[in-house]
Amino acid sequence: MRVELNPDLCQGHNRCYALAPELFDVDDYGTAVVIGEGSVAADLEGKARLAVDNCPEYAITITQDT
Amino acid sequence: MSSDISHDQHGAPITAPVLDWTSDYDIFDPQYINDPYGIWAELRQTCPMAHTDRWGGSWLPTRYADVYAIAHDIEKFPSGNGISVVPLVDPASDGDSVPGNTPSPVLTSGVPPISADPPLHTWTRRLILPTMSPARVADYEVFTRDLCHRLVDDVLESGTGDAASEYAQQIPVRVIGHILGVPEDMSATFTEWVRDVLEFAHDVERRRNGISNIIHYLRGAIEARQAEPQDDFITELLNSEHDGEPIGTPVVMGMCALLLIAGIDTTWSSIGSTMWHLAAHPDDRRRLVAEPNLMPTAIEEFLRVYAPVTMARRLTEDKQYEGRPMKAGERILMNFPAANRDPEVFPDADRVILDRQQNRHLAFGTGIHRCAGSNLARMELRVAIEEWLARIPEFELIDPAAVTWAGGQVRGPRSIPVRIS
Repeated sequence: MRVELNPDLCQGHNRCYALAPELFDVDDYGTAVVIGEGSVAADLEGKARLAVDNCPEYAITITQDT
Repeated sequence: MSSDISHDQHGAPITAPVLDWTSDYDIFDPQYINDPYGIWAELRQTCPMAHTDRWGGSWLPTRYADVYAIAHDIEKFPSGNGISVVPLVDPASDGDSVPGNTPSPVLTSGVPPISADPPLHTWTRRLILPTMSPARVADYEVFTRDLCHRLVDDVLESGTGDAASEYAQQIPVRVIGHILGVPEDMSATFTEWVRDVLEFAHDVERRRNGISNIIHYLRGAIEARQAEPQDDFITELLNSEHDGEPIGTPVVMGMCALLLIAGIDTTWSSIGSTMWHLAAHPDDRRRLVAEPNLMPTAIEEFLRVYAPVTMARRLTEDKQYEGRPMKAGERILMNFPAANRDPEVFPDADRVILDRQQNRHLAFGTGIHRCAGSNLARMELRVAIEEWLARIPEFELIDPAAVTWAGGQVRGPRSIPVRIS
């Protein structure tokens, strides 16, 4: 699993950072970034889904490794 | 106090009763303040974009999809023409009419960024966001936790307390005061002024006094820092530049006023609603105590179900929205609290589910006006609940009928008498 974040949609709610700090970081203006390359360890897949399902701007998406 | 306004035993203004919520609603009606949930559910089915001629005319969406679309359409629904149902500064007043105050220009730049459209919105927002970033908020958490601990001490000592006025109400005003750099002994006064501005729509004089006092106080605080800079946010703003020029006192004044007005009543309402829920719902309370790892989703759930804030946009010209004729000057109420209970988006929407997984709630709005203080508010709510539950896991309402709510554009409980059980 991989997470991607569209910075043009992000409005800095920081809810991904609050719910899944292992996967997301934020800058001083609240804009979120994916930590590292965005690949999600198996034990963090639940948190990745939580981040997607709590982003009010629909800025985060999950892709499955093929 | 205006003589033609009567008040009930809780001090709430008595307004002409609403007989038809689809065409004559009033967000200051006692029924709407005390229990709006049934009204929203009904309107969502029968008239998802209600209208009223009261307060200059406005529209009230109750569906998530409408609130979301309107919040994001900043061209059609701008903020610069007015964000409150009753004007912040009475146009007929000089805004500084408290006896003894010297006249001055008032809030000539509004209260940016929330009252502004781009470009003013964009650069003022960038000035305020770093102060509210997660990294800075982590610094304020130490102060907040210590404050909550002391407040809980007082409740433990007496065995009873008011979870609204003696706990929730005491927290955000001190945190904001700490950030702005104003003395803690002003807390009760700030609280009173902000309530005057937000909670007494029918009382023109009280509203005018509230905003005038805030402006008068801030002007003094700004002048003091111009003479002698401090290590605080007011000084930081005074030293800020835009396009190579100092940002100017009206913008500094507006941004500081916003911090006070938007940072106190709102967060206090959210903490209070959550405290009320925990007092009245022992199953949820005990589950949260037993499973503290639920705290992150629980906090978002409390924010969703008790979202306190209804912002407004105001049309500059006649517009159509999905076939509805909207007139210039009318307001569109960004009914985030109702959107958050739309069953189309949130299954079992009226129920608190501490581990709700899908929760794109709009308690802090959505789009470019997302609450700039959301990280701060979320921290305050979490710390307030953690500190209380850690030492008072068992408590209850002394009398459910004694709980009072205030409402309008900010809704929350104002008195929650509780006892430790």
